[in-house]
Amino acid sequence: MVGPSSSHTAGACRLGLLARNLVGGTPERAHVELHGSFARTSEGHGTDKAIAGGLMGFRPDDERIRTALDIAEREGLAYTFEKTTLGEDNDVHPNTVRITVERADRTHVMRGSSLGAGRVVVSEIDGFPVEVHGNHHTIVLVAEDVKGSVARIAGILADDSINIATLRLTRKHRGGDAFMVIEVDDPPGEEVRDHIRALPWVRWTHRLDKVSS
Amino acid sequence: MFTSLASAIAAAQQESKSLSQIALEAEARDQGRPIAEIRDALRRALVVMRGAIEQGLVGDLRSESGLVGGDAAKVHHSKAGPFAGSPFSDVLARALAVQEVNAAMGVIVAAPTAGGAGVLPAVLTGLAAARNIDDERLIDALATAGLIGAVVAERASLSGAEGGCQAETGAAAGMAAGAATEMLGGTPAQVGHAVALAQQGTLGLVCDPLGGLVELPCVFRNATGAAIALAAIEMALAGVEFAIPADEVIDTMGEIGLAMDVRYRETAGGGLAATPTGRRLARERLVHIKRSGV
Repeated sequence: MVGPSSSHTAGACRLGLLARNLVGGTPERAHVELHGSFARTSEGHGTDKAIAGGLMGFRPDDERIRTALDIAEREGLAYTFEKTTLGEDNDVHPNTVRITVERADRTHVMRGSSLGAGRVVVSEIDGFPVEVHGNHHTIVLVAEDVKGSVARIAGILADDSINIATLRLTRKHRGGDAFMVIEVDDPPGEEVRDHIRALPWVRWTHRLDKVSS
Repeated sequence: MFTSLASAIAAAQQESKSLSQIALEAEARDQGRPIAEIRDALRRALVVMRGAIEQGLVGDLRSESGLVGGDAAKVHHSKAGPFAGSPFSDVLARALAVQEVNAAMGVIVAAPTAGGAGVLPAVLTGLAAARNIDDERLIDALATAGLIGAVVAERASLSGAEGGCQAETGAAAGMAAGAATEMLGGTPAQVGHAVALAQQGTLGLVCDPLGGLVELPCVFRNATGAAIALAAIEMALAGVEFAIPADEVIDTMGEIGLAMDVRYRETAGGGLAATPTGRRLARERLVHIKRSGV
């Protein structure tokens, strides 16, 4: 990785990479809200450069991170950074960021934290609570609580020869929205996401590519 | 994946294997890849580690802020100190070198973190050079270090923002001490004592970088972290046993981290960062970074 901090540089870059997924490429506009230690020490750690680099698809060991802010201006990524508070210190991890990304007609918001040693967790996408670590290719979706939903999704993945590593299904109450976080061994193509998105009971889905081994 | 060092040590003893073998087998299982691929990944990490050491020892690097750089070369070439020319001095120079490269946004291996990236490569490659240890055994040692780091991540933390520097250079010292103890012929039980001896010496260590820059004291804390690891290795190989098991020392580190005031957890709000000189330097240097636009 490129220094100087695994949490504030490498982890921040991975969070940028994950946010990039939500709009399927380098965003045209990104608003980055930094919380806690991220807010207090971002310039010193190159957190801003690393997040911008991640948004442009740079991996944590890409030396272009050093000049990512200049590259962003050339690449047409308009970014703003804001130091803020995303909650009480005891409730929110000290290295937390909320990234709003816009590309063409798509706007999405992701909240994530850098946990140390480059490990990250995405805790919220578009207001839905999720838990994505980026160690696997991941599909997240929100669906109506209908019978056979898991079988149907598993079928779509199996048709594309994608092996499921883990699957977590949670719902708030019977008949309420179900959240699915599916970690898979092989990268799912755009068409898999489109198939899932086309299911009438799926409200919302995203694909997040693996950002660490 | 092991959640305690005790269980990994017990597995090694029962199966009459080294901890590195146990670590490689567990990693291969978790990742669903053959051991040879895991070794290849560690071999690549070793190449990056050595590259950073070489780059840093040249002495021409300056950090993003200009606050640190050139000290690795000073120690490397000095004949003044009582340990000049010894493996001890060599390890210190290597630790400073990696961290100077890191502060210049160079390429390093997070081990376990970037802020603590100097300790492990310095101790392992320095002692391997001193004792003519080949790369395959160095790769074994990296696997053992990975196992120790994973246990620390599981039981405590590897983040200065969560646990202070004890979770970064402290964890790195534990990883380096355990891994080198095995590399130099120690038993799995001695590896456990080495981890405990190193980490007990870093309990309570705060994360207080000037201006939040991973520069000062980070560069020097990697050198002192490496020194603590060397002390632990020397004691463990001599048969010194630390009465509190490594897992409990690690748990203690995690507890202290949770109780640590936010000023001491990578916020530049306390410790050396909050001294009059620390504040002044941070102000000047952050202005310098913004102006130079690097």
